[in-house]
Amino acid sequence: MFPPPFGYAAPRTLEEALALLAERGPAARPLAGGQSLIPQLKLRTLRPSLLVDLRHLPLAGIEEEDGHLVLGATVTHAALEASEAIRERHPLLHDVASVVGDPLVRNLGTVGGSAAQADPRGDWGAALLAAGAVLVAAGPEGEREIGAEDFFTGSYDTALRADELLVRIRLPRRPRGGGSYHKLRRRVGDFATVGVAVDLSLDRDGAIEDCGIGLTGVGLTYVRAGKAAEHLRGRRPDPRALRRAAELAAEECHPIGDERGSAAYKRELVRVFALRGLERALARAAG
Amino acid sequence: MRRIAVTVNGVRREAEVEPRLLLVYFLRETLGLTGTNVGCDTSSCGACTVLLDGESVKSCTVLAVQADGREVTTIEGLASDGQLHPVQEAFHRNHGLQCGYCTPGMIMAAVSYLKENPSPSEEEVRLALEGNLCRCTGYQNIVKAILDAAQQMSGARV
Repeated sequence: MFPPPFGYAAPRTLEEALALLAERGPAARPLAGGQSLIPQLKLRTLRPSLLVDLRHLPLAGIEEEDGHLVLGATVTHAALEASEAIRERHPLLHDVASVVGDPLVRNLGTVGGSAAQADPRGDWGAALLAAGAVLVAAGPEGEREIGAEDFFTGSYDTALRADELLVRIRLPRRPRGGGSYHKLRRRVGDFATVGVAVDLSLDRDGAIEDCGIGLTGVGLTYVRAGKAAEHLRGRRPDPRALRRAAELAAEECHPIGDERGSAAYKRELVRVFALRGLERALARAAG
Repeated sequence: MRRIAVTVNGVRREAEVEPRLLLVYFLRETLGLTGTNVGCDTSSCGACTVLLDGESVKSCTVLAVQADGREVTTIEGLASDGQLHPVQEAFHRNHGLQCGYCTPGMIMAAVSYLKENPSPSEEEVRLALEGNLCRCTGYQNIVKAILDAAQQMSGARV
């Protein structure tokens, strides 16, 4: 299956890349790992006239700086999966990076590519919502920061303008923090039927200080389970509080029935995964 | 058209290609290296697995232009001096195939994985093969072959 013809550029600098995007507008499409884009080109669900390959741009760094983790947009899932620092200090990200696609897809696919793709069943959107990530877009007028809750605007839709490029993702590092990602998929390589991302931290007395819960597969785009997280903030994580939070998460999502399961089934999955996810995140925060 | 230079199995190959040409067709049709199979063509089955700068990728989901300036290893590049690669030997010894269609991809995925993890458990091998499908369902001997290869290769290093 051949994709339709398109032009190709592999700019050496961010400025060149941005100039191409500004000049060609929506007809140009950034190419990172291509693991979503190339299948879409083959299926002709996208018809860009120019691909702007980002591979020469210095956007593949994983850096820790004053209380934050900064991921370059073209960091691959495999690089995150292999990072000891990520495994130890950002277990949610490690969990997600280990279940995206399959190992071969993860060698090329990128975190920024997944975020910009905004597939409503993708894994990263839920995780970035849960973690309170900030996405940094570069454009003709410089950079702007977009909170994850404002970035994901709809199915395959983000706040990025056609002349902007997602360049970095910044995530807070929470002291005494823990996280987890649970995903059900029908088979390897399939998108999530449901995915639940949890990121939380404990205060010195063992109460929950901060908490974020992000859901995938249960809405037009990723869902932030704000009521569930709010219920836990400042509370001791006893089993009753966790059960209630899981119920709230199930109530505040809006799944639809499809070939992956009925709406009721998905809602129940959210409840079960939220409870398991909170328990695992707490165990990691305490450990 | 765009001029690219790709080092394939240690040999620099140059060609004029359309940007839409997929790496697997560059290997098979432009270079005549037909050991890499096209299976599903949709990034699911892994029959087209090759190494790009040493990492296993699905060559049906990579553009040839993305490989410009990089190194590609295919199944044809594994043997040296008439001697099969230890993973190839192990597939032979353990009958790690039924129809054989997935075999080049399975072997390339295994070669790349054993570099990352030279002494994997059975479960780790199964997880590492998640992106490679054998529709004969001949996984038992494939896994056995990879575990055997790991042992042979670590033995050789001692």
